[in-house]
Amino acid sequence: MEAEAAKLIGAGLACIGMGGAGIGVGIIFGNYLAGSLRNPSASQAQFTNALIGAALAEGLGIFSLVVALILLFVV
Amino acid sequence: MANDPIQQFQIVEIFSFGEIGGMEFAMTNSSVFMIAAVAVISGFLMGATRGRTLVPTRAQSVAELLYSFIANTVRSTTGTEGMKFFPFIFTLFLFVLTCNLLGMFPYFFTVTSHLVVTFALAMAVMTMVLVVGFARHGVRFLELFVPHGVPKPILPFITLIEVISFLSRPISLSLRLFGNMLAGHIVLKVFAGFVVTMGAAGVVGAVGGVLPFAMTVILTAFEFLIAGLQAFVFTVLTCVYLNDALHPHH
Repeated sequence: MEAEAAKLIGAGLACIGMGGAGIGVGIIFGNYLAGSLRNPSASQAQFTNALIGAALAEGLGIFSLVVALILLFVV
Repeated sequence: MANDPIQQFQIVEIFSFGEIGGMEFAMTNSSVFMIAAVAVISGFLMGATRGRTLVPTRAQSVAELLYSFIANTVRSTTGTEGMKFFPFIFTLFLFVLTCNLLGMFPYFFTVTSHLVVTFALAMAVMTMVLVVGFARHGVRFLELFVPHGVPKPILPFITLIEVISFLSRPISLSLRLFGNMLAGHIVLKVFAGFVVTMGAAGVVGAVGGVLPFAMTVILTAFEFLIAGLQAFVFTVLTCVYLNDALHPHH
C-alpha cells in the first residue's frame, strides 16, 4: 500500500472515535434530562456537572479528530 | 486551492520588529486580534460600569450578569476560599469568550483556534495550580496523587494513574478548546463551499444549494453556542483543578 493511501485510511479510522464521543455526550445529556424531568428542582444545581461530563467526553472525541487532522495535514 | 478551509487559520505577519537572538518578533493577525479582544473587554466593562445606578442600565446588567455568573461558578466549585482567584478566572473566561466570539465575524481571525495560544493558557492555569498547591500544603500537596481508602496492593497503580491523569490535564484542557474552535470553523467553511459548488452546477444545482445554505445558517448558530460553552467549560475545569490545589485530601 502506498503511504499516502495508508494516511487517508488512518485519518478515516481515527474519525470512528468521534462516534464514541457522540454516544457518550448523548448518554450524559439524555440521563441529565431524564433525571431533571423526574426532579425538576434539582436540575439547576446539576447542570454544571452535566456540562463538565459532556466536556470530558467530548474532549476524547476531539483527540481523535486531532489525530485525523495531524495525519491529513502534518505527517 | 483558493477556498481551502484551512486557509483561514494562516498567521499573517503585519509588521516586523526585527530579530532578537535568531527569533523573529512580529505583529501578526493573531496578536492584533488578541489586543482587540482585550480592548473590547476592558472597553465594555469600563463603559458599562461608569455611571453605576441602583437600577442597572442594559449594559450594566450584562456586566453584572457576567460577573455574578462566574462568581457563582467559582463559589460553587471551589468554595469561598477560591474567590481569592476570582480575578484570574474571570479574566480567563472573558478572554477566551471574546476571542471565540470575535472569530465568529466573517474574515476575522480566531485566536483560540491555535494550539499555541490555548496551550499557553492551559499551562498558565496548571502553573498556578502547582504554585498554589505547594505554597498552601507544601509536600502534603502530593497526597493528591494518593487517594484515601484504596486497598494497599493496588495503591501504586492508582497513584501512577493519578499522576498520569494530572500530567495529561494541560494537554486535554488546551486540545479541547483548540479542537472545538478549529473543527467548528472548518465545518462552517466546508458547508459554505458546498453552496458555491452547487451554485456553479446550473439551475438545478442553485435550487439544491439552498440546503447547504440553510445548514450553514444552523451551524453558525450552533457555533455561537459552542463559543460560549467552551469558554465556560475552560473556566469550570480551571475551577475544578484549582479546587484540587486548595483541598487535595478529598
